[in-house]
Amino acid sequence: MDFSILTDHFGSYMEGFYNTILSSLLALCGSFLLGALIAIFRITPVKGLRWFGTGYVEFIRNIPLLLVVYIFFYGPSALGFPLDGFIAGTIGLSVYTSAFIAEAIRAGIMAVPKGQTEAARSSGLNYAQTMVHIILPQAIKLVIPPLGNQFINLIKNSSVLTLVAGLDLMYFADGISTETYRTFDTYIFVAMFYLVLTLPLSYAMRVWERRLQRKY
Amino acid sequence: MDFAGAYSTDNLKFLLDGLYITLIVAFISIILSFVIGCIVGVIRYSAIPVLSPIMFVIVELIRNLPLLLIIFFIRFALPEVGIKLGLITAAIAALTIFEAAMIAEIVRGGLTSVDKGQIEAARSSGLTNFQTLWHIVLPQGLRRMVPPLVSQFISLLKDTSLAVVISLPELMHNANIVIGHGYSYAIPTLLLVALIYFSVNFLLSMLSRRLETKTV
Amino acid sequence: MKMTKSWKLLSVMMVAALFVIAGCGNNNAANNTAGNGNAAGGETTSEAIAKIKERGKLLVGVKYDTKLFGLKDPGSGEVEGFDIDISKAIAKHILGDENAIELKEVTSKTRIPMLNNGEIDMVVATMTITEERKKEVDFSDVYFQAGQSLLVKKGSPITGIQDVTKDTKVLGSKGATSIKNIKEKVPGITVLEFDNYQDAFSALKAGQGDALTTDDSILYGMAAQDPGYEVVGEPFTDEPYGIAVQKGNTDVVQAVNDTLAELKTSGDYDAIYTKWIGKAPTK
Repeated sequence: MDFSILTDHFGSYMEGFYNTILSSLLALCGSFLLGALIAIFRITPVKGLRWFGTGYVEFIRNIPLLLVVYIFFYGPSALGFPLDGFIAGTIGLSVYTSAFIAEAIRAGIMAVPKGQTEAARSSGLNYAQTMVHIILPQAIKLVIPPLGNQFINLIKNSSVLTLVAGLDLMYFADGISTETYRTFDTYIFVAMFYLVLTLPLSYAMRVWERRLQRKY
Repeated sequence: MDFAGAYSTDNLKFLLDGLYITLIVAFISIILSFVIGCIVGVIRYSAIPVLSPIMFVIVELIRNLPLLLIIFFIRFALPEVGIKLGLITAAIAALTIFEAAMIAEIVRGGLTSVDKGQIEAARSSGLTNFQTLWHIVLPQGLRRMVPPLVSQFISLLKDTSLAVVISLPELMHNANIVIGHGYSYAIPTLLLVALIYFSVNFLLSMLSRRLETKTV
Repeated sequence: MKMTKSWKLLSVMMVAALFVIAGCGNNNAANNTAGNGNAAGGETTSEAIAKIKERGKLLVGVKYDTKLFGLKDPGSGEVEGFDIDISKAIAKHILGDENAIELKEVTSKTRIPMLNNGEIDMVVATMTITEERKKEVDFSDVYFQAGQSLLVKKGSPITGIQDVTKDTKVLGSKGATSIKNIKEKVPGITVLEFDNYQDAFSALKAGQGDALTTDDSILYGMAAQDPGYEVVGEPFTDEPYGIAVQKGNTDVVQAVNDTLAELKTSGDYDAIYTKWIGKAPTK
């Protein structure tokens, strides 16, 4: 293998690597906030919100990520405020992932015994207070493993940014491979960069899941 | 936004041509990845010396890489080491490899979830290892695998859209060509394509829900 | 416990795989040069034409997204353009039938890999002849003379390359020479690269950049597609298009050059040129 490809284009690789991490982290925060909101919609007593929550999750989960990214790339500009590839891609990633996170959080909330809600409500907390102070803190513990897995997915999925010129790892790799005509070597190094991020995370997630299993 | 122009008969027919390729490629990949995934999953579960750890390594590597990278790599990097695959073959191979790794984990998880006591009982009543797997573990594990398997198949169908990166003439690629003929078609086309993906996937999940209620 | 062992194995295998791949890569590189060497040595015995004749069909890589040169029409499903007509003429020259041809979609990014994989016999896809590319592929004579220019929204303050500064957002297509050229003209400029020209043009219309840069011939096609955009300034580079074939396939290069010469003497070249470009070629 030709290591000069890595050393000659190290700057490009690193810039892409940095943007891939940044986009994944931003999308993790975005999708968590959005997902938590949708999860609450889905279990709230208000019928309209519940329907919206269910519709959102069902729709987003059944369309491709790339399509969501394209919608955020072309949509806003049709309305007069163009977003660049990195931002449109990161928003698309957040929206797409939020549907999956919403389901994970909902499952986590459902796992908290009903009696606790009743106890909290009868001791004078309102619905929102019960959620924020009693239910969510417990649900979060159960939600961490699926959230971790979603983060791994986010890192991998952020590669679609390349299709809207989002300056991620794959984007720079395309540039390097058309310059060097060495597709194989170029992308083996790209794979290494992804694995450096995803393999340790996968390992950590498995350890965490084991611990949870042992506890119960 | 030009809905009438975007939804001309020619464009609709062209999008349906794309859907046809999407469905064909997804269907073949689902079958292949299911078969391979089951075999690998059982190998992983059975703890066969040498073979199981090797499968573990392969599955982990594939699961932790972006599919987009795998598709591009198989189509344009492997030829540099003498493995040449055509357009559709490469798309199917990439999707199959990636999804089979995912399915292998689902299968292993499903098998592991079967109660250990039952296995011991079966063994002590004189069944061989293989018989225990075939008659006791598989039927029960399979039932638990159905929901995650179906969502994996839906993922696969959505993931075919990533083959735009190798110019596979599937739904997303054809949508891009329509958009290229008139930018005012962008949003109408993307919405229609979203609806198509949603309908197909929603149908798939409905079917599986009926299947589940029948088998359980 | 067992799991940790497996993970240790994974790390070891990763490192091992790296070395194996390293070995493969080197072997491959060695094979490549050897292959090229053979081909170059046996110039007169290149049998690519014989293979094409045996197959009875010419496989040509063309663009599907470039108006005037190679554009797929969703209605008819046909790909049409200058490059297609030239390809048909070559098929007629080699096989005696202009329809004995199979077109395959390429982009600037994928055309050289596809040619080197042997999936196509030649690339007729607005490809500029450069010294660097000559190391990878063999080129025919120039079959079209283009020059790099800029496409902007009508009324844009950019009226030529002189108005492009390093803060101008320029769009282009991955793997095209135009990206490199503009980076040389305007050091420090950021160019956003898309997978193909269609995506780049969609992005320009979506307001993702101030100008799209590539060969004027392609830009005129885009401007014809949408009258809200115009090509500005004089071309600032020379972009001679050539037809690319696999290195060493000298007989194919010869056949292509013969076809081009025939087309020029018969006047068919001028007819094709006028049909697509809208004016006779300057001589």
